[in-house]
Amino acid sequence: MAGKLDQLFVALKHWAVGFFPEAWQPLVSILLSIVPIIAVFGGLFAITTVIERKGLGRIQNRLGPNRVGIPLTNIRLFGFGQFIADGIKALIKEDVVPRAADKVVHFLAPIALVVPVLLGYSVLPFGRNMVPIDLDAGLLFFFAVGAGTELSLFMAGWGSRNKYSLLGAMRAIAQMISYEMPLVLSGLAVVMITGTLSLPKIVEAQNAYTGTIAHWHVFTPWGLAGFILFIISSLAEANRSPFDMPEAESEIIAGYFVEYSGFKFALFFLGEYLGMFAVAGLGITLFLGGWTAPFSWLTWIPSWAWFMGKLVTIVAVFIWIRGTVPRLRADQLMNFAWKFMLPMALLNIVVAGLWHFTGREGWNMIVRWLVCAGILIVPYLLLGRALETKFVKRVYRYAS
Amino acid sequence: MLGTGILQGMVETARNFVGSYTDEARLTTVEYPEQRIPLKEATRQFPFLVFDGSDPQAGLRCVACQICEKECPPQCIFIEKSKDKKPDYIGKPQFYPATFDIDISVCMSCQICVEVCPFEAIKMDNEFELSTTDRFGGLLTHKQQLAKPNEHYHKIHPTEAAEVDARLAADKAKAEAKAKTDADAKAKAAAEAKAKTAASPFPAIPVAAT
Repeated sequence: MAGKLDQLFVALKHWAVGFFPEAWQPLVSILLSIVPIIAVFGGLFAITTVIERKGLGRIQNRLGPNRVGIPLTNIRLFGFGQFIADGIKALIKEDVVPRAADKVVHFLAPIALVVPVLLGYSVLPFGRNMVPIDLDAGLLFFFAVGAGTELSLFMAGWGSRNKYSLLGAMRAIAQMISYEMPLVLSGLAVVMITGTLSLPKIVEAQNAYTGTIAHWHVFTPWGLAGFILFIISSLAEANRSPFDMPEAESEIIAGYFVEYSGFKFALFFLGEYLGMFAVAGLGITLFLGGWTAPFSWLTWIPSWAWFMGKLVTIVAVFIWIRGTVPRLRADQLMNFAWKFMLPMALLNIVVAGLWHFTGREGWNMIVRWLVCAGILIVPYLLLGRALETKFVKRVYRYAS
Repeated sequence: MLGTGILQGMVETARNFVGSYTDEARLTTVEYPEQRIPLKEATRQFPFLVFDGSDPQAGLRCVACQICEKECPPQCIFIEKSKDKKPDYIGKPQFYPATFDIDISVCMSCQICVEVCPFEAIKMDNEFELSTTDRFGGLLTHKQQLAKPNEHYHKIHPTEAAEVDARLAADKAKAEAKAKTDADAKAKAAAEAKAKTAASPFPAIPVAAT
């Protein structure tokens, strides 16, 4: 029974594909992989916009949206109809294109954001046997298409011919290139340990249990450090607070999409959230064991439920972080990327190598844990202190 | 240590998050159309015209002196003076506004009209739900909409209204006293004149009359 539920969607797809003639089956099979991904993650995007606004409201001791429900009735659904109203609003708004803008680039930018982001989903394993394309170099593919989103942001910023847009785009490029490095390097540690770039194989490597606890990478010193580095840099890659400097409503209005309205703006919004889900999904795959259960007595829960549960949890943490941390300044952002994140990511690779070649039995195990944790914690403290001395209270010599 | 500040902050926001569900007193906002916070006494939105008595148009304090019209920085007031006069609260004959329009789409709620008015005739209202489906005509308020009783003024700005009433009463009393003394003086003068004529060796009635 549990196995059937686990393979429910795989079986459904096989059953549906069986209705079509032999020649059509590969095409239908691909379509039946794409459509659910767009539907499920599009739906998750819609729900997340409401949950985010409600969560941020609660963090600020407000109620958040709680009115929009089913039209023409008194049913309010706790405000979860909000995204429908927002979607209709975005669709019927006027699409303003600045006269001086480069029309083609301005038009292509939102598409150039959504398409690579959706491509990223094609290699993520959402459950057991549930990966759209089992690429040997899935991780490489993900990072490659992920880097394509930077182009879109710069297209939007430059094509609009607006100074705020260009400033936002330049900030976005500087930020994303700086944080791409720790993102990839923290993922590299996983590749070193598992010896594969294929995401389903990385999940399989974590699908083992010592006692009842799973072999998730996050339960090791290098894995924990890598996971934290990965989450921080994925926040920056997704342009989310506290790294939302490219948008920075209070400084440069909305950065690179200042000249976008209506549905194009909605596409940017969608692309950003889909990018966030994709990168969170990759984080789950690399460090949180993908679709595997944390304890062996929980394996009866279907694999796809584990994946979605972990994804929703990470998104909730992202919202929580957004409600807590204020935006970084440009120089703080760069300092943090190059003087803290990058050295820590490099050290993490050294630790992963050490972990791989040291013993796993008895006393060796404890020594390995202590040495690896020490190599990470001591530089963390030292680098952290060096970083914090930068944030002294500013003294105004003449103005005070 | 790096990161402890962020963790403390996250604990604080988590406390807010949970607290907002368990403790109603934490919520700083109300659900507006159903629940309302009582307005502060100093709230001001747009001006209105005060009238005394029961007839909104006859009781207007405004005498169409047009000082507010001239002083209004965005020039949102339009006044037309009447041809005839009617008595004001002291009883002195005064002009009244035949037309008094305020374009509240132009008004910037600066209260200068209130400050310059010598007759306490224009005051600030606290009505803020003024949306209309007609953005040209609907936002141009006429004398009929602007006229509101003195009781309304007392209701929205009690302290200020009491001061104004006291001042007006004092003015009126002063005017009455002056009128009385004037009348007395006049009567006295008349009486004196009469006495003078009565006491004079030559009677007022000329001899020729007899």
